[in-house]
Amino acid sequence: MSKPYYVEEDLKKFGDITDFQPELGEKFFEYYGEVFKDGALTAREKALIALAVSHSEQCPYCIDAYSKDCLKKGADEEQMMEAVHVAAAIKSGATLVHGVQMMNKVKDLTM
Amino acid sequence: MNQSLLKKNHALSNVKKQLKVLSDSNPDKRFSDSLKKDDLFPLIPTGLEILQINMGKMCNQVCGHCHVDAGPDRKEIMTKETLQLCLNVLRQNTSFTTVDLTGGAPEMNPNFRWFVEEVYKLNKKVIVRCNLTIILANPKYYDLPDFFKQNKVEVVSSLPYFTKVRTDAQRGSGVFDKSIEALQLLNNVGYGIKGTDLILNLVYNPSGAFLPDNQESLERSFKQKLIERYHIEFNSLFAITNLPISRFLDYLIESNNYDDYMSSLIDNYNPTAAAGVMCRNTISVSWDGQLYDCDFNQMLELPISTSNHISNFNSNALEKRHIITNQHCYGCTAGAGSSCGGTTA
Repeated sequence: MSKPYYVEEDLKKFGDITDFQPELGEKFFEYYGEVFKDGALTAREKALIALAVSHSEQCPYCIDAYSKDCLKKGADEEQMMEAVHVAAAIKSGATLVHGVQMMNKVKDLTM
Repeated sequence: MNQSLLKKNHALSNVKKQLKVLSDSNPDKRFSDSLKKDDLFPLIPTGLEILQINMGKMCNQVCGHCHVDAGPDRKEIMTKETLQLCLNVLRQNTSFTTVDLTGGAPEMNPNFRWFVEEVYKLNKKVIVRCNLTIILANPKYYDLPDFFKQNKVEVVSSLPYFTKVRTDAQRGSGVFDKSIEALQLLNNVGYGIKGTDLILNLVYNPSGAFLPDNQESLERSFKQKLIERYHIEFNSLFAITNLPISRFLDYLIESNNYDDYMSSLIDNYNPTAAAGVMCRNTISVSWDGQLYDCDFNQMLELPISTSNHISNFNSNALEKRHIITNQHCYGCTAGAGSSCGGTTA
């Protein structure tokens, strides 16, 4: 049986990235922690944004982490799915808006 | 789930089995060692302020997370004689300012109203942990809101979430709708309404294998949703962590979440929360009069180290006792801490 590329337990090792480069890793985690604190946006709103981005980035670790974090921060299932739809809409919109580029090129090349 | 673990003869209805599960995991992270690192071991009391009385394990609900394993099939009920002993202790020990009544559904104890009235006469604060649906369970309970009001009872009620799906998943089918109706009845007599002195606090327990987050933030969400959707008001929200015992332990094991949940509790150990745990100012009395450091120790049958029955209550010995701890105590010390009154740190 082949070993899966993504292993759930590996998420717990995220902090270990500082083993190979402590200074940059520590700066990253400090920044990361600051970003998710309550600010102009609440910590719950930030967790929902992170959940949406997790899906558009298709990062399995992030999806696990922010599904749990959204629950913990009191988000409900409807809010979480709406966040994923926002990601889906932007992703599909970003694809479709390039249809304009295609149309421009077609017009350039055709009579 | 519509039967208690005991009725189903489930292996976890045996507390020795529960303690073995707890002790077998994370052997290198003993709770007592965490306390020692912060000079909190042995844990000692700060006073005797709250007498929490478990009036019986009988309940009209069978919640999936219940640490008491309560339900309609549980017949353990505190007798009037034991309640009288509690009254004697309350009379003789003026340091107790609060009497916290829990269960099961404490209202199902046939001597519940008599006892509340007697405690009220002693000028002590009475808290009733009301599951809300009991108010609608039988005509004999319909006047509970008025009874609470007459005796200035502080009502503390569980509502794990402001949606039906998540509430019913934890507390049983139909519980959310009945809870909403009961909250509206409590509001109607003044409970939770600004300008009255009738306190209605809600309890948020996560409806799954995750910890509660910031209590104030959750309270804001609950207040906004409950007023918008159901015109319900309340005073405060207590965010309480589910402890890995009894039915919640069963859920964690069955859903394959036990190891991760224990790791979350241990990784989030907070010494400030440990210093503020409720067992330091509380004595817990079981239906048969035994004394415990808290309701969780009571359910794990870990009795208090001294003066362990209400009939031989000795305040001097109890104030100097060493509080019994075990791995489940990580549930009260994770993150912002957890107690029957919400966060502690």
